[in-house]
Amino acid sequence: MPAVSKGDGMRGLAVFISDIRNCKSKEAEIKRINKELANIRSKFKGDKALDGYSKKKYVCKLLFIFLLGHDIDFGHMEAVNLLSSNKYTEKQIGYLFISVLVNSNSELIRLINNAIKNDLSSRNPTFMCLALHCIANVGSREMAEAFAGEIPRILVAGDTMDSVKQSAALCLLRLYKASPDLVLMGEWTSRVVHLLNDQHMGVVTAAISLITCLSSKNPDEFKTCVSLAVSRLSRIVSSASTDLQDYTYYFVPAPWLSCKLLRLLQCYPPPEDGAVKGRLVECLETILNKAQEPPKSKKVQHSNAKNAILFEAISLIIHYDSEPNLLVRACNQLGQFLQHRETNLRYLALESMCTLASSEFSHEAVKTHIETVINALKTERDVSVRQRAADLLYAMCDRSNAKQIVAEMLSYLETADYSIREEMVLKVAILAEKYAVDYSWYVDTILNLIRIAGDYVSEEVWYRVIQIVINRDDVQGYAAKTVFEALQAPACHENMVKVGGYILGEFGNLIAGDPRSSPLVQFNLLHSKFHLCSVPTRALLLSAYIKFINLFPETKATIQEVLRSDSQIRNSDVELQQRAVEYLKLSSIASTDVLATVLEEMPPFPERESSILAKLKKKKGPGAVSVELEDGKERGELNGGGDRAGDAAIAASNASTPSPSADLLGLRSAAPVSGATPSAGSLLVDVFSEAGPAATSAGVNDDGFLSSAPPTAASEDPAPPLPESDELLNKFVCKNNGVLFENQLLQIGIKSEYRQNLGRMYLFYGNKTSVQFVSFNTTVSCPGELQSQLNVQTKTVEPLVEGGAQVQQVINIECLTDFIDAPLLNIKFRYGGALQNISLKLPVTINKFFQPTEMAAADFFQRWKQLSQPQQEAQKIFKASHGMDTEVLKAKLLGLGTALLENVDPNPENYVCAGVIQTKAQQVGCLLRLEPNAQAQMYRLTLRSSKDTVSQRVCDLLAEQF
Amino acid sequence: MIGGLFIYNHKGEVLISRVYRDDIGRNAVDAFRVNVIHARQQVRSPVTNIARTSFFHVKRSNIWLAAVTKQNVNAAMVFEFLYKMCDVMTAYFGKISEENIKNNFVLIYELLDEILDFGYPQNSETGALKTFITQTGIKSQSKEEQSQITSQVTGQIGWRREGIKYRRNELFLDVLESVNLLMSPQGQVLSAHVSGRVVMKSYLSGMPECKFGMNDKIVIDKQGKGGATEEAAGKSGGGGGKQSIAIDDCTFHQCVRLSKFDAERSISFIPPDGECELMRYRTTKDIILPFRVIPLVREVGRTKLEVKVVIKSNFKPSLLAQKIEVRIPTPLNTSGVQVICMKGKAKYKASENAIVWKIKRMAGMKESQISAEIELLPTNDKKKWARPPISMNFEVPFAPSGLKVRYLKVFEPKLNYSDHDVIKWVRYIGRSGIYETRC
Repeated sequence: MPAVSKGDGMRGLAVFISDIRNCKSKEAEIKRINKELANIRSKFKGDKALDGYSKKKYVCKLLFIFLLGHDIDFGHMEAVNLLSSNKYTEKQIGYLFISVLVNSNSELIRLINNAIKNDLSSRNPTFMCLALHCIANVGSREMAEAFAGEIPRILVAGDTMDSVKQSAALCLLRLYKASPDLVLMGEWTSRVVHLLNDQHMGVVTAAISLITCLSSKNPDEFKTCVSLAVSRLSRIVSSASTDLQDYTYYFVPAPWLSCKLLRLLQCYPPPEDGAVKGRLVECLETILNKAQEPPKSKKVQHSNAKNAILFEAISLIIHYDSEPNLLVRACNQLGQFLQHRETNLRYLALESMCTLASSEFSHEAVKTHIETVINALKTERDVSVRQRAADLLYAMCDRSNAKQIVAEMLSYLETADYSIREEMVLKVAILAEKYAVDYSWYVDTILNLIRIAGDYVSEEVWYRVIQIVINRDDVQGYAAKTVFEALQAPACHENMVKVGGYILGEFGNLIAGDPRSSPLVQFNLLHSKFHLCSVPTRALLLSAYIKFINLFPETKATIQEVLRSDSQIRNSDVELQQRAVEYLKLSSIASTDVLATVLEEMPPFPERESSILAKLKKKKGPGAVSVELEDGKERGELNGGGDRAGDAAIAASNASTPSPSADLLGLRSAAPVSGATPSAGSLLVDVFSEAGPAATSAGVNDDGFLSSAPPTAASEDPAPPLPESDELLNKFVCKNNGVLFENQLLQIGIKSEYRQNLGRMYLFYGNKTSVQFVSFNTTVSCPGELQSQLNVQTKTVEPLVEGGAQVQQVINIECLTDFIDAPLLNIKFRYGGALQNISLKLPVTINKFFQPTEMAAADFFQRWKQLSQPQQEAQKIFKASHGMDTEVLKAKLLGLGTALLENVDPNPENYVCAGVIQTKAQQVGCLLRLEPNAQAQMYRLTLRSSKDTVSQRVCDLLAEQF
Repeated sequence: MIGGLFIYNHKGEVLISRVYRDDIGRNAVDAFRVNVIHARQQVRSPVTNIARTSFFHVKRSNIWLAAVTKQNVNAAMVFEFLYKMCDVMTAYFGKISEENIKNNFVLIYELLDEILDFGYPQNSETGALKTFITQTGIKSQSKEEQSQITSQVTGQIGWRREGIKYRRNELFLDVLESVNLLMSPQGQVLSAHVSGRVVMKSYLSGMPECKFGMNDKIVIDKQGKGGATEEAAGKSGGGGGKQSIAIDDCTFHQCVRLSKFDAERSISFIPPDGECELMRYRTTKDIILPFRVIPLVREVGRTKLEVKVVIKSNFKPSLLAQKIEVRIPTPLNTSGVQVICMKGKAKYKASENAIVWKIKRMAGMKESQISAEIELLPTNDKKKWARPPISMNFEVPFAPSGLKVRYLKVFEPKLNYSDHDVIKWVRYIGRSGIYETRC
């Protein structure tokens, strides 16, 4: 072979690379590369066959050019030829080229797969390794399809070399991660698990990565690995640092393997077998003991390795959460780290302690470190560590130390970093509320909070104060006094003015006795802040003023004067102007009795979950707030109304307020007060905003409809629904009007409208014949569990339908909760003596109750991410059954009832929609993304909503539409 | 206004940095280097906006010149200035290269101080600058000389000093044009225009008043049937027969009296001593295209391509075109080329992915052809070859726009020489700009 004489140096390549490195400019480099490419092309084209050496050299050059960022579109064939070479270097370069420049050409893939297959079946371990590495590097589906069956066999074969086993395990892991459906372990499972007993530590390390990944998907199949892992771990832990030779890292035996073993154990509950468990506990104790021993080396690698194992062990202890003794020991160990001079260690210690604090066994132990943690919060240089310290304080807080912790957090807030202030504010607010024994302390704390960090106090926080003050008679006077004092500060935050305005408006009378806070003084104090405030606050203050007129008739003249002034009554802001005009009229026309009723004290808010907690959850993502782990009840409730809990809390309380004002004044539709637009979403706390939906729903109900009438005389059972009725249902998913059914006798037209969780449907029965229908009777029934999900009321129709005539039937629908099936409509009549019996599905689908929601791209993606749990998502990939016309698609998506969001998805081809499904029980936010692929004529539809059944149902419905 | 000016070498190292305004921070230098010179993808726009700062750059060989500003300046002004700056530097030390800039950095800073003041461009006339910025050290100038410089620089005619004397009064006029063309394979002109310059080199005594005349359509039409036939100066171009040309737009050297041009369309001026660019113009109508390129490309299967290109010269047979170069792009998967040409030399240059055909000289009304066989390496790439246009370079001794100098009269009332005593030379050079034919 001539290649041998030339040696393996590849001088041409070296020259080429140095030429390129010496190029002065990009242009020169491109020229050099073009020249080289032309040379290689002519070489590859040339008639005489190239020897392996030059092939390798040119393939190398191509690879280098590709890595410089130029396109390479030839040379694959030569690289594949190299694969069949017998020389290691040539094979290696061939594999390298293939791994880097995979080409989807099916012909080539076949050749490559063939070459790999040959190498895998060869007895040469280096060739096998090369082939396995190539499979792992490419990791494509085709590769997985071709080799997923082969690799496990290599992995467990008795005669395979250790190094090949390692490669095989990691290669399999990679294939499993890329296409989990193709890698089926099945029969291999137990033999793979037994790799944990392998002599060779490298094989064990590689295998454990694979097992961890596999067992996290199907833990039951790999259950047996627990005992093996424990025994392996105990062997390592108990071994002396010299036992493992190559696998001892700075005097720590096999640290990576130990960490991986501990992590594998975290996938499983504590072992049930007593012996195994005892052994494991022993191991963990040994690890904890070792942490106490003096270090064997001063090198940082030694302590890093040791601590890595220790932290992994502590995570396991926390995961098991059943060994009080170990938990306390872990906590003590972490306590030592709290004062360590390594910042990373302090951070890790605080983080682990956060999880420890939520365990009942170690909560007390954690609490002993409170001083250190508070100190860390104050003196720590690194902001991320301070953040952890704040988290830990929040986690370790309970009734006994709440006052201290809240005080510390408040005092820290003054100097806290801007990035964590808002979160701190929320935490303080939650702790103050949660552990408040004394509500005057609570009021003090929150007012302090607003004073110190007003800008970071979100709406929810002050909504919550007001809810609590209103619901608790005992603090109302104190609250009024405190806000009055707080407002006397020359500069106070707008949120403080809001709280002050609201509370004085409600309970100002409680402190009016004191001459220092007489009504007029109160009013002047509030009004002195008026001009500095934004519109929503001013609106709130105006409402407070009208309440003042009711509370203190003596201020009436002054307040009317204020309302009458041009800056109110002619304010350019419609909301303010309307309030000023209406309040002025109200105060001058209505008698005191009426006023007293209209402006009555707010009724107590219904007790419900704190909206602040929801906000904190939203900020940190689900599951991040450890405190509520304590009571599952809270969590359940939260998940239900999670996303909108913020304003819903108050909206609901308003909606539930009966509106005596409207009735008393007899101003049902025309009264200025009740007409005050409920649209002002930001002003939900407004005293008067009367609930529009509540009124309408009442109106609907007393229009005299019967609730679904029992089937009348006709004795025949309703016919089974028509076979095509499902199709009919799909026809109406995206539209509300049309012809529902038609045969030679009867035509049923449909017209429907939906608002929030209510819908009204008009059915038009047209007699197509010239003969009258007798005993015409229709019933609507909700089969099965639909009865509890949907409330359907129908009005009976005339039993006679004249020939050629049309009768109308109104159906009222109320959605109680989400549903899947559709109600059945059964129509019976006699046509010339013959009984006709038709059953149809009424086109009422869940998507009809969508309220479109407009949102910006950022909001959308934030919410999208929040709904990331697997069961919240439903996805379908399906073939287009109609054309892929943009306008048609848009019309369909709009017909669905969602808002079509423009400019949200980075790819303009995709459609993104958002909507809220309004049911009586709850509101389900729903996000939709449709990705058409025009080439393949396929769609991918993804739905995320806060309820899994909804996601699935809407996805199913919609998939039929395109 | 310009906030600062930086000069970089090809590696992005700063050679010259002069900041005129406070709003340009030190990081601006790095911002340009990182975002333009070292950008991952080549930046093709000459104007780059980085963090509300605009960078205008030109590149001369391997040197980057960048003007920086935070304000909304007239970009054309900035580029005009940068080009002028290049001219000035070339006039002082020849080619703009890293070496030359490093050797003359003191001079460059001096020049920058003079031609830009607080970011406002000042006098950038090389002749005038050379009187007071010299490379040969400062002669201690007498008071008289100093005051003369002051009065000249601040006076009405800042570009020429008084008291210039020559034994021979001589004057050279060059009409330099570059013709740009894009033609379809069928020979249809898709776009064509000529941009030209009239460059004047004068060695005249005193303060001569000059008047320049050319066959501008407006002037000729105004004069009517009268003096149009006199064609004293200049050789006639290849197209011939054309009496006047329509100039689309033109700009003049600052010495030209614009008021007079606006009123009478006559170009009169007192020229600076030495070389200056008297005017620039652009025409788009009735352009004489010196060469016609007829391409023929045939794809024979997937692995072979046959190219035949014929060029025809289209001007008077007595004239000779020079430095002809035809560049025929080859596909990216070319693996071998065989060329046969009747005239000149042709070579496949792999580094440029093109066949380059060079002909030293070619007379008018001739034709020549080249044929090439290109072998291709079959690739699995689905992309079709884009067939870039065939481009051409040449130089011809006439003005493709048809412009002719009718007269250039010199009056010097104070000194005793008249128009007849001045020796005048006129030369026409037509070059190719972007002269492309699609194939």
